[in-house]
Amino acid sequence: MGKTLAEKLWDSHVVRSAPGEPDLLYIDMHLIHEVTSPQAFEGLRLNDRTVRRPDLTLATEDHNVPTVDIDKPIADPVSRTQVETLRKNCEQFGIELYPMGDANQGIVHVIGPQLAITQPGMTIVCGDSHTSTHGAFGALAFGIGTSQVEHVLATQTLPMDRPRTMAVTVNGELPPGVTPKDVILAVIAKTGTGGGQGYMVEYRGSTFEQMSMEGRMTVCNMSIEWGARAGMIAPDQTTFDYLEGREHAPKGDEWDAAVEYWTSLRTDPDAEFDAEVTLDAADITPFVTWGTNPGQGAPLSASVPDPESFEHESDRVTARKALQYMGLEAGTPLREIKVDTVFVGSCTNGRIEDLRAVASIVDGRRVADGVRMLVVPGSMKVKAQAEQEGLDAIFTAAGAEWRQAGCSMCLGMNPDQLAPGERSASTSNRNFEGRQGKGGRTHLVSPLVAAATAVAGHLAAPADLEK
Amino acid sequence: MDKLTQHVGRAVPLRRSNVDTDQIIPAVYLKRITRTGFEDGLFSAWRANEPDFVLNQDLWQGATILVAGPDFGTGSSREHAVWALLDYGFRVVIAPRFGDIFRGNSLKAGLLTVVLPEKIVQRLWDDIEDDPSNEVTVDVVDRQVRWRGEVHDFDLDDYTRWRLMEGLDDIGISLRHTDAIAAHEAGRKPWLPTVGAQNP
Repeated sequence: MGKTLAEKLWDSHVVRSAPGEPDLLYIDMHLIHEVTSPQAFEGLRLNDRTVRRPDLTLATEDHNVPTVDIDKPIADPVSRTQVETLRKNCEQFGIELYPMGDANQGIVHVIGPQLAITQPGMTIVCGDSHTSTHGAFGALAFGIGTSQVEHVLATQTLPMDRPRTMAVTVNGELPPGVTPKDVILAVIAKTGTGGGQGYMVEYRGSTFEQMSMEGRMTVCNMSIEWGARAGMIAPDQTTFDYLEGREHAPKGDEWDAAVEYWTSLRTDPDAEFDAEVTLDAADITPFVTWGTNPGQGAPLSASVPDPESFEHESDRVTARKALQYMGLEAGTPLREIKVDTVFVGSCTNGRIEDLRAVASIVDGRRVADGVRMLVVPGSMKVKAQAEQEGLDAIFTAAGAEWRQAGCSMCLGMNPDQLAPGERSASTSNRNFEGRQGKGGRTHLVSPLVAAATAVAGHLAAPADLEK
Repeated sequence: MDKLTQHVGRAVPLRRSNVDTDQIIPAVYLKRITRTGFEDGLFSAWRANEPDFVLNQDLWQGATILVAGPDFGTGSSREHAVWALLDYGFRVVIAPRFGDIFRGNSLKAGLLTVVLPEKIVQRLWDDIEDDPSNEVTVDVVDRQVRWRGEVHDFDLDDYTRWRLMEGLDDIGISLRHTDAIAAHEAGRKPWLPTVGAQNP
């Protein structure tokens, strides 16, 4: 029997396999940031251990950094200490770091691909659950905890049991105004937040083949939101075209050899998945969330569901609690929900293509009165590119704020937060209680819906603006 | 890590599902660079805003086992969620289903996470609410949860069980295989990216 892409990636990285023990898996690239690494470095010091492969370890500052006044010291002393600790650790252990303000700085999952540090066939880990983003290149990439960060620093390996495999197949062309974000929100609404638990997921079918790399990254990014251990898409010409010529991409003869190998990274025709999910692209419409987990989503054209309509008691309880937290009534059309803030950014939708999509809608329009709109590029390179294309001028002319790169309001570790009771439409990945600020209420949306919502003042799609 | 063969303690019913790690500990508590001292962040929003929240009730003070609904620990990879539970005094979490990363983190940091079927969890909730002084035994050696005449087996792979019982450090185990690691490194594709490391 043939192998799936995930199995090929796994098998080619097994350092050691023994009955009754987890496989020891080699890690090709370890990305680190300020929040989940300090205790790992401390662990190394306490045990008199060192970093095995500093040349396969890359650090950036993204989670808690401010997106304004970055030339000044960080105002919050606790945040400042955490960033300074990362700098000291990188210096002590010889690790390359892209600090705040550096041309290469940005969200860890945005900078890897843009430097071609992310390549097909690799294993990539990071102390961040959205590491699955890198799977868009046909890599095996997953988030790890701090104990595992320490493990990878010390050994460049991880002991792991191989997860099972799942195929998510979507075929057909997406209707106009429907984006990769809507596809993944629809997948999560169908499977629930736990549907992917224990699986490495491969997204397959013509819908994903037709997506840009940015779109594929958005899809793979949110794999964790339905519980999957990893998400991936087989590399193809779109992947190679994206990588060719980038800083760390192979060059010359090595490029040719790499492309030949990468082309072999496909699921064999006779391979079998442990589970399969299928959606039809034609059925997917702009999706938004109404509740407090990413599985609580519905088409924008729908209404807030009645908690009593759910089959399982635990879903009814969760939905009741979600509506109470969100301040919503069952039956309210989603389009009538007014927002206070629109956040465009994050490792899900903070790339150049996302910013172009938003700019195309707000160009020549104004952000609605009383609505605050934040546009936060995923990296300094994305920022520079956007400014070169004049997108920043479009955003500011529309009344939006144009910020420096970072995770920002996706998780509100820096000052970019919602106030209690404030409601946002956000291109990020999590609508958990308090995620964007204590008491804040989040609706997850695509960049196109975010832009239209900013202009309309309530949840809306671009098509609504023309009426 | 301390050796863990058996834990006996009182249990708290957390009748909620989909408790993500942002609820277990919000991001604002993640700025510390230490490995301990996260107990104030544990369920901080619920402890602050909900007077009836279980951990706000005297009845459950001193309990060391948390019994939660399905999909406990989903979302963010923050190991701080495990540390906050440990720092607060929990040693075991029982739930019908856990987020994968949280489960992995817990078993590395010495917080025992036990999967029991939803029906059994509901029975346990009922029993501990009926009498909060009920002691629950979680036995790593026999892979059993026992209370008030009830005995339920749970799954725990042999390797993890052995590691917990011996209190072994994963890194130390992997470092025994540096020859195999070096052999793999010798065969890596020549084009794989490296970044600008300096000699410390």
